[in-house]
Amino acid sequence: MMTKEVITEKVDAFLIDEFEVEEDAIAPGANLKDTLGLDSLDFVDLVVAVESNFGVKLVGEDFTNVITLKDFYNLIEKKLA
Amino acid sequence: MRRVVITGMGIYSCIGQNLAQVKDALYAGKSGIVFDQNRIDFGYRSAYTGMVDLPDLKSHLSRRQRISLGEEAAYAFVATQEALSNAKINQDYLDKHEVGIIYGNDSTANSTVESVDKIREKNDTTLVGSGAIFKAMNSTVTMNLSTIFKLKGVNFTISAACASGSHSIGMGFQLIKSGLQDCVITGGAQEINTIAMSSFDGLGVFATGSSDDPTKVSRPFDSARNGLVPSGGAATLILESYESAMKRGAPILAEVIGYGFSSNGDHISTPNEEGPTRAMQKALNYAEIKAADIDYVNAHATSTPVGDANEAKAIYNVFGGSNPPVSSTKSMTGHECWMAGASEVVYSILMMQHSFVAPNINLENPDEDSKKLNLVSETLNKKIDVFLSNSFGFGGTNSALIVKKP
Repeated sequence: MMTKEVITEKVDAFLIDEFEVEEDAIAPGANLKDTLGLDSLDFVDLVVAVESNFGVKLVGEDFTNVITLKDFYNLIEKKLA
Repeated sequence: MRRVVITGMGIYSCIGQNLAQVKDALYAGKSGIVFDQNRIDFGYRSAYTGMVDLPDLKSHLSRRQRISLGEEAAYAFVATQEALSNAKINQDYLDKHEVGIIYGNDSTANSTVESVDKIREKNDTTLVGSGAIFKAMNSTVTMNLSTIFKLKGVNFTISAACASGSHSIGMGFQLIKSGLQDCVITGGAQEINTIAMSSFDGLGVFATGSSDDPTKVSRPFDSARNGLVPSGGAATLILESYESAMKRGAPILAEVIGYGFSSNGDHISTPNEEGPTRAMQKALNYAEIKAADIDYVNAHATSTPVGDANEAKAIYNVFGGSNPPVSSTKSMTGHECWMAGASEVVYSILMMQHSFVAPNINLENPDEDSKKLNLVSETLNKKIDVFLSNSFGFGGTNSALIVKKP
């Protein structure tokens, strides 16, 4: 079972390295769209990043209630459970 | 009708990655052809190709911009950056004026195959990522560059095989001439990879060479030629109305005065003599000049036996009376295919600016048809006021452009 800390660490790493999100902007309460600047196309790439980093596939509907980074961590934790 | 001038140009090719490097290479008769073992391993008949580095655009473009760019669009971005800088056009100018783009491109084979391979592997279309579609569409260059430079004018791609780049200049010329646009970014881009050229190699038209030296393999008009050498990169030219150029105090590098086109109505891959003859004649008629006014002909000649012979006959039909210097820069660059019609105008303008004719290297024994032409096999110091550039492609599409010193 992957701990929440490991999930957080991995997600933060790919957001900074692959998505070029400013490290300072990374915070659990950060809004994925407004604060981190991710657009609709970036959400497609989040699905790719989650599949390659965690081995689980997300679909568009999974993001319905995902507003903040914390929501995103929780979504991955739920999928891995 | 309005006058159309060229106010900027940029080049990313196997003989140099900017205008200065390319000018020196052209003058020196330097070849950019290499031997690529990967091609033999992949099943090619010919291992020869022009080669350029994939540019590192991390410091120039955001991730979103970069992941939509395939190889050909990356080359086009570099060439266009140089051309805009050369034309003294900055982002503020692009934001405030209706500048368009018409670019030549006729494949995105590598991007298409890579994305389909990924979907086959994952069995899930989402996992191909968001950039794949924008890399794989044939209009990839115009869709990406229009977004990156926030262009607001005409925006489409010309696909006309190996005449794509030339027709893009011709179409931009027409739109400015008619008053529909004041400034259009034109050019041509060509991917270089094992996938893109494999079916072309399968036709048996690539040079297998009779020498171990890759720089000797592309030999347009020479009797020992046995095929073309594929190549690529990108070339951009900024076309602008004379009024617009004067108004903003832009550098005027050259003036486009003639464009002639034709279709052979004949074989899909074998060129003929009549179609190119008509295209050249139409360009002269458009420019309202005589054949004797042309100081230099940049031939399409790719180094294939039939193509070069028919072009030699066509050039002789039109220019036999005045016999201007003729050379094929493909002897150095290889065949830059979708890019060639634009890059060869850049090469010829460089010659015009620096008063020389670049050599048709590897021309040792011209064949019967070529002997009738005034072929230049060594660099010739000569003033050029007006030149004609030929480009022909599969399907029998022909384009001839006439460009004049300002």
